Amino acid sequence: MKGRLLISAAVVSLGMAGMAWSQGNSATAEIEKYREMLGDGNPAELFEMDGEALWATARGPKNASLQKCDLGLGAGVVKGAYAQMPRYFADSDKVEDLESRLMTCMVKLQGFDRAELSKKPFGTANYKSDMEALVAYVVGQSRGMPMAVPTAHPKEKAAFELGKQIFFYRAGPYDFSCATCHAMTDARIRMQDLPDLTSPAGSQRAYTSWPAYRVSQSLFRSFQWRLNDCFRQQRFPEPTYASESTIALTSYLATMANGATYQGPGIKR
Amino acid sequence: MKAKLMMGGVLALASTCLFAAGSESVVAARLKTDFHTKGIAKVERLDQDPVQILCSTPDLDSVPQAQQFALEKQQRAEIKYPADGKYLGDWKKGEILAQDGRGNTWSDTPETPIGGNCYNCHRISPQEISFGTIGPSLYQYGKKKGYTEARQKEAYGRIYNSKAFNLCAPMPRFGHVGALTEAQIKDLVALLLDPESPVNK
Repeated sequence: MKGRLLISAAVVSLGMAGMAWSQGNSATAEIEKYREMLGDGNPAELFEMDGEALWATARGPKNASLQKCDLGLGAGVVKGAYAQMPRYFADSDKVEDLESRLMTCMVKLQGFDRAELSKKPFGTANYKSDMEALVAYVVGQSRGMPMAVPTAHPKEKAAFELGKQIFFYRAGPYDFSCATCHAMTDARIRMQDLPDLTSPAGSQRAYTSWPAYRVSQSLFRSFQWRLNDCFRQQRFPEPTYASESTIALTSYLATMANGATYQGPGIKR
Repeated sequence: MKAKLMMGGVLALASTCLFAAGSESVVAARLKTDFHTKGIAKVERLDQDPVQILCSTPDLDSVPQAQQFALEKQQRAEIKYPADGKYLGDWKKGEILAQDGRGNTWSDTPETPIGGNCYNCHRISPQEISFGTIGPSLYQYGKKKGYTEARQKEAYGRIYNSKAFNLCAPMPRFGHVGALTEAQIKDLVALLLDPESPVNK
């Protein structure tokens, strides 16, 4: 109940920001209103509950739960962990985003095979993704927390820099980079608002509303999915799930959002 | 000492441009490792031409203008204008093409018709209210700019290769990369510059 109230408060404030932002644009305002309406009961909560149960269930060849998984704040600490990711992990000696880290834990604690886990990370109408449920649970435990992605470790700095280079990397048949669509204020593609991810305000608003429940797909979508579908529309080849490039890009975007309150899981059209 | 300084200079340069010892940048090499071919979207799409390399600089103001102009000139030289000297096609076909935003993604097939993607970024005909704002409004393009042949040729060139006129523009190079045919580009020119097109009503 408390969680619900928090969500609707977050969505209302998002909605209002959106409306002020798109003054004179009734279609956008309508979408915001719709989002506000739905926010009262974000279906993402169902995925959060699934994920919470999965987290505590003994699974895999080692028949173990994820309750000893270290997401950066110590073994088993889920509260607030997502708001401080991606981050450097000493045991894997690399920067990991949530999805990479969950796989690391599923390999180490439960004995799953990483390549196997990477094969079908995204849900479809006929396929429920364990990964997306776990993501929903973990990110929900950072709702209301300030984004505080660490940047002190040299590998965190390197990830941020690489992510920035990827953000501006133009290639493919249409010369698109992330920046082609996401480096100007108040722009739209067709009717869809495009956040300016090079500005703190734009990236804070966008990053803190992902992962999210996608109404048009009736599915919960992780951040890796968000990047994957952006690259599809960018006419790029496909990024390998939880690869160094996708983690670096996430590091760049998450760090840009530092200081903002994490509002997810969000709800999208 | 001098050698050391020189090396330091090279290293500093390397770290700012993120270029490795070879000609390929560190970021390009990383992307080629981390991305794979899916359907029609081959991993070779990550290879950059000189325009893409230059326009990937996060701070474009730091790129010498002379360098940008030189590349623009080279791009202009590569534009293939219609051999028959005619630029105006059928604005009705142009409108349909402008609406179509499909093609060239990994979920498309080689048979998926490639759209003009125009409304993604531009306001064009007034009837279509679902338009993007990344590019300028093209509503009343002909009425405002005039219907001269020089204008038609300019519009053709800009659709064929926008980078030939504004090197790091967001707009794709539709003719240059073979996404649109000569006839299709003529239809789009007509959408903008035929006095009968809804754009100019």
